[in-house]
Amino acid sequence: MSGDLRDGRIVIVGASLAGLRAAETLREKGFAGSLTLVGEDPRPPYDRPPLSKQVLLGRVPAEDTGLPLRRPVDAQWKLGVRATGLDPIEKRVLLANGEQLPFDRLLITTGTRARPWPNPAEAALDGVFTLRTSEDAGRIAERLDAGPRRVLVIGAGFTGSEIASACRERGLDVTVAERGPAPLVGALGGSFGALAAKLQRAHGVDLRCGVTVTALTGNGRLTGAELSDGSRIEADIAVVALGAIRNTEWLAESGLAAGPRGLACDAGCRAFNMYGIVTDDVFVAGDVARFPHPLFEYQLLSLEHWGNAVEQAEVAAHNMVSPGPLRRPHLAVPAFWSSQFGLNIKSVGVPTFSDQVVLAQGSPKEARLVAVYGYRGRVTAAVSVNQAKSLEYYQRLIETAAPFPPEPVGTDRPEPMTPVPSDVPDPAVLSHGPTVALTGHLPDRRLTLVRR
Amino acid sequence: MNIVVDLNRCQGYAQCAFLAPQVFEMHGEEALMYLPVPPEDQLERVRRAAAACPVQAILVGEEAGADVR
Repeated sequence: MSGDLRDGRIVIVGASLAGLRAAETLREKGFAGSLTLVGEDPRPPYDRPPLSKQVLLGRVPAEDTGLPLRRPVDAQWKLGVRATGLDPIEKRVLLANGEQLPFDRLLITTGTRARPWPNPAEAALDGVFTLRTSEDAGRIAERLDAGPRRVLVIGAGFTGSEIASACRERGLDVTVAERGPAPLVGALGGSFGALAAKLQRAHGVDLRCGVTVTALTGNGRLTGAELSDGSRIEADIAVVALGAIRNTEWLAESGLAAGPRGLACDAGCRAFNMYGIVTDDVFVAGDVARFPHPLFEYQLLSLEHWGNAVEQAEVAAHNMVSPGPLRRPHLAVPAFWSSQFGLNIKSVGVPTFSDQVVLAQGSPKEARLVAVYGYRGRVTAAVSVNQAKSLEYYQRLIETAAPFPPEPVGTDRPEPMTPVPSDVPDPAVLSHGPTVALTGHLPDRRLTLVRR
Repeated sequence: MNIVVDLNRCQGYAQCAFLAPQVFEMHGEEALMYLPVPPEDQLERVRRAAAACPVQAILVGEEAGADVR
């Protein structure tokens, strides 16, 4: 390995999961130069998945979510300060406090933030929240402890659904309002969404789909909301779960290929500039990255996934200290999990990259199943409910572009296996954004989907 | 010491919930719920649980950035 790549100055902007894992990997690979981590959040890196689960349930204090280190990083931490710009010629990161950080190589892991409620006056009402940071989660948990009469959750993506689940588990009344036809459709398609809707209602959620919240009402303090169907809900807490916004604004003048869909990069995590020319000193990883994936026709993917943040950060860090021929591509198969309403939902592949879905194992009735997604006759994703052990098998089918529908396996397979449309919606119809954004074209939906 | 579990990797074998029940518990049939900051007196059990995990999904380590607080 060339000596100079192991030395010099590396700055990582974004000090959450991806930034931390990248810092560890840089040291593991022998980087001996100076390492600086910049984070807007004043807290050192913490784990976000527990925020909508253990923390909202009141089982874990919001501040008890710090991430463990894999190894010492020997870094300078600049926390509670935001990066405001990047000078690619002088190779400096500009900070909100006026400081400038010179770098030889830069890693951008600025992630996303919660999409705020669009009306600032209504968003400022006491009792209106978003959920992204540990501070957000702590505040919401405190309000849930106080026993509100009703919680309104706006948006039924994964975060919104997990919030609703926590509320029901606490015995609180909850209304979920979603503009799309069902919960989770943005990530898992309409066929799966129909299941999720049944699940929420069976757990006592007042689920309203096909509606939007037109106003949050109150006088200083939230008292309720008005819906587009003319109905009105009384609630003293509203959690806005309308998806995430990628933190790219600070790069607007940088000349990089950064925008609302993220910062585009090559398979080796090297950022593109706005001309589509790859840089060799600016890298990107995690939620803010848009990267090409060969399993999904090299469409640029943006993944808001815990696992992707870790794996992409490792690849980016490796490539930052490795000469060209030793660099690696980021080819990990996308995967995520969610637990809600007593069920464990796990996904591999990209369910929205599909035209059909088939129930391959189990059944909704026994709340244990595997749904396999296909696109133009090959397997592209699988989602399990309380059947995680099966997913590895389907991951291999995805990796090998196995034919769809897959050969029946297991003793719990439904007879017959009939594909139905996966019914992936146009993201524009959803309240919440999809957690996987295919930023190229949407796959066509002319084929019919598999279902029993 | 803090912990994080890679729940992509976790398959719900529940070895950890058996070895350190005050820290790891199954939430429903398959979902794992845990305390990211386990009580001091549970650390030995947590280490045993991490070692016993069939898919090696549990990471135990010093809290990141603890020195900058």
